Amino acid sequence: MTTVAFTINGRPASVEADADTPLLWIVREHLKLIGTKFGCGAGLCGACTVHLDGTAVRSCQTQISAVANKKVTTIEGLSPDSSHPLQKAWVAMQVPQCGYCQSGQIMQAADLLAKNPKPTREQIVEHMDGNICRCGTYSQIIAAIQSVA
Amino acid sequence: MLNDTHIQALSRRSFLMTTGAFGVAVAFGSMPDSVSAAGPFTPNAWVTIGDDNIVTIVAPAVEMGQGVRTSLPLILAEDLDADWSKVRVAETPDDDKIYGNPSFNHQLTTVGSFAVTGYYEELRLAGAQARKILIANAATAWKVPADELTTEPGMVVHAKSKRKISYGDIAKTATVPNPLPEVTKADLKPASQFRLIGHDTGRIDVPSKVNGTAHYGIDTQLPGMLYASVLYPHVQYEKAEQIDDTAAKAVKGVVKIVTLPSGVGVIAETIDAAMKAKSLLKVTWSKSTPAQNYDSDRVLQDYRAIAADWNQPGVEMVKVGDADGAIKGATKVLSADYFSDHVSHVCMEPLNVTVKADNGTIDIWSGNQSPSTMKILGMIVGKTTPDKIHVHTQLLGGGFGRRTDGDDMVHALILALNVPGKPVKMIWSREDDIRNDKLRPLTAQHIEIGLDADNNIAGWRHRIVNESYFARILPPDLFAKIKQDIVSGGGGDMSYAMQNHRVEWVRSARGIDVGAWRGIAAGYTKFAIETLMDEIAALKKMDPLAYRLALLKDDPRAAATLQRAADMSKYTTKRDGGRAVGIAYSNALHSHTAVAAEVSVDTNTGAIKVHHLWAAVDAGQVIQPKNIVAQMQSAMTFGLGAALKEQLDIKGGVMQATNFDSYPVLRMSEVPPMDVAVIATNDPPTGIGEAGVPAVAPAIANAVAQLTGKRLRHLPMTPDRVKQSLG
Repeated sequence: MTTVAFTINGRPASVEADADTPLLWIVREHLKLIGTKFGCGAGLCGACTVHLDGTAVRSCQTQISAVANKKVTTIEGLSPDSSHPLQKAWVAMQVPQCGYCQSGQIMQAADLLAKNPKPTREQIVEHMDGNICRCGTYSQIIAAIQSVA
Repeated sequence: MLNDTHIQALSRRSFLMTTGAFGVAVAFGSMPDSVSAAGPFTPNAWVTIGDDNIVTIVAPAVEMGQGVRTSLPLILAEDLDADWSKVRVAETPDDDKIYGNPSFNHQLTTVGSFAVTGYYEELRLAGAQARKILIANAATAWKVPADELTTEPGMVVHAKSKRKISYGDIAKTATVPNPLPEVTKADLKPASQFRLIGHDTGRIDVPSKVNGTAHYGIDTQLPGMLYASVLYPHVQYEKAEQIDDTAAKAVKGVVKIVTLPSGVGVIAETIDAAMKAKSLLKVTWSKSTPAQNYDSDRVLQDYRAIAADWNQPGVEMVKVGDADGAIKGATKVLSADYFSDHVSHVCMEPLNVTVKADNGTIDIWSGNQSPSTMKILGMIVGKTTPDKIHVHTQLLGGGFGRRTDGDDMVHALILALNVPGKPVKMIWSREDDIRNDKLRPLTAQHIEIGLDADNNIAGWRHRIVNESYFARILPPDLFAKIKQDIVSGGGGDMSYAMQNHRVEWVRSARGIDVGAWRGIAAGYTKFAIETLMDEIAALKKMDPLAYRLALLKDDPRAAATLQRAADMSKYTTKRDGGRAVGIAYSNALHSHTAVAAEVSVDTNTGAIKVHHLWAAVDAGQVIQPKNIVAQMQSAMTFGLGAALKEQLDIKGGVMQATNFDSYPVLRMSEVPPMDVAVIATNDPPTGIGEAGVPAVAPAIANAVAQLTGKRLRHLPMTPDRVKQSLG
């Protein structure tokens, strides 16, 4: 067991866990920020995407020890009131169906727009291709991103 | 579509297992338990009105992405004349005596595209009844005849005296008549006055799904909650013969290690401790199940032989006229074999359940498709009575037919019984989720069509061979009685005029569980039927669309749906650049669906590229138009994945894929543009969650045949199989 201090959604956090514990479980089950989802545990689906120092990472593949003194942002911290342009676009385009993957989709898309505010369709698809949506909301996701890009 | 026999059978399952407790169905006239003069006003079991004008409506089906937590309350709100902005949705109920689906023999089970189909009339009547009660209360308060009162959204209006009162203000003093007023179809709003039904309101669950507040089963957090992780054998149902848990027990936070009927569970204080301990378990498994000999390739060849051998007994699924005689007397016989591999559900939310067992009282928190089944299983395993079981249904991170079985709940309950009074959240890894999946059955089909001299169909016979879903979920004596299984062996019926038609289904059990997968049997039977329709059209030298339309002259809705998809795709315009458009139709899942697919084939690699899909759907009365489009696109994505990529191979009973690297589902870059036309009619509303699946694969195969001259008969149509067909 080790103690790791970091910042999550602008607030300081300190957890005691094995150094190799995935950030995913710390976020969901220790800190009770349930918006970040478990999908595959292997970095294959993107449901657990969060931002680490502003860059999208798969929290199931990020060990808690790698987070020390860094800034983690989850879907709950993307905006205080669902006001991020992507969150608004997601509602306007009625993107979610089952919705389980959508926190990860939005976090992945936010990472794209932060670095490339005007992505082409091809750039959107390339950036988002690691995030699976089993309900197949892909066309709505593309439309939502394009609507704010 | 499940017929009455099956529904009664499923109901009887409840009955048998509950010693009659489920025997009395009281419909919506019954009163809820919580009526109180002081609290919010509850005109009937479906609606609660607060003095703040908030109207809370029960949504009796579970939300797995298909939109029922919007569409069902909206149907009630229409006849209640509620202000939609003030409507909230109550927690999913678990009392099937009041809230069970009228078309599913009063079970709380969300399957088979039955939700809107089954509840439509009941919810409208419940809304009309609540409205009648509000009007009666206003009439009494104002001392005016009730028939002088009308409503506008959320208000009762007396035009004569220019008075209005909000539902919330009525609720402050309203009383509920006993008995409740009768309502009939005559009390329902005419369709021309609909404000909600047929108009897009936006989905009620969407805002919570963009900010992390949506609550799925896996999000359950309870005081004192423990976690569980289970080590499962690689072959389903094998038993732990030797367990070395020394290292596992040494992990800090481990509470208990429990041997399950098949599996070894670790209960721990944290999920990370449970998972770590699981990884340290050393278990020797038995090798005694029939699945040890299960190789999907070999089983499929066995099935192929059974399918073509009409001397082997089967179960009659369709019988019209004398197909055998007609084929015997035919000028020629067209025959073909079809195959489809296992496919997996892989809901994005791996299966998980939280259970607390406390002195006979059992609480279950999960995203499940059947609170009724959870109760029955809870009673049997927990040795308790239904009144002591509480099912707290959460949002489902995908269902697609997987979350009906309750096998995961049984495991979690056994674990919870080992730590009485403590909630236990059991989370399956993705690998557990796939290894324990109830797959779409591996299937062989054989079809023989007798043709006359002009290539008209004289007789059609069709055999479907696979493992049964119903045989697993129904008590054996009951299954022996009903014999048919529409989930594994259905979808052989056709809308096309057919004088002599016989469909048989043969169960061939090999020890691997199968289940209901979105679109059920139609996902493979329509592939066979609809590609054969193209073959017969070719023999007749007719255009495939024109040929189908000729056979559908007595089914105008089916014909109009096909024509619409054809028009959308500019079907008659010949494509260049090595592309072709194929078309297919499906009558499955209660709705008319047609799909056109524009396709090209890379003859070097064998890869099929789908450039565009167009679909038309007639699901009767439209409830939420945009949601129908989204559901169709979703189901078509499922259909496309199963057509081109998805396959779960099994060797020696071991699933050869256990995560998204080896079980590829479609990603964003692989999904073509999809256009959907929703044909609105005044017919009763039918299902939209699955209807988009079946016609996709045959539409693609029909396009491929135009391009290559080769008929593909094995799903998925992988590059290897396409190359093989090209020789």
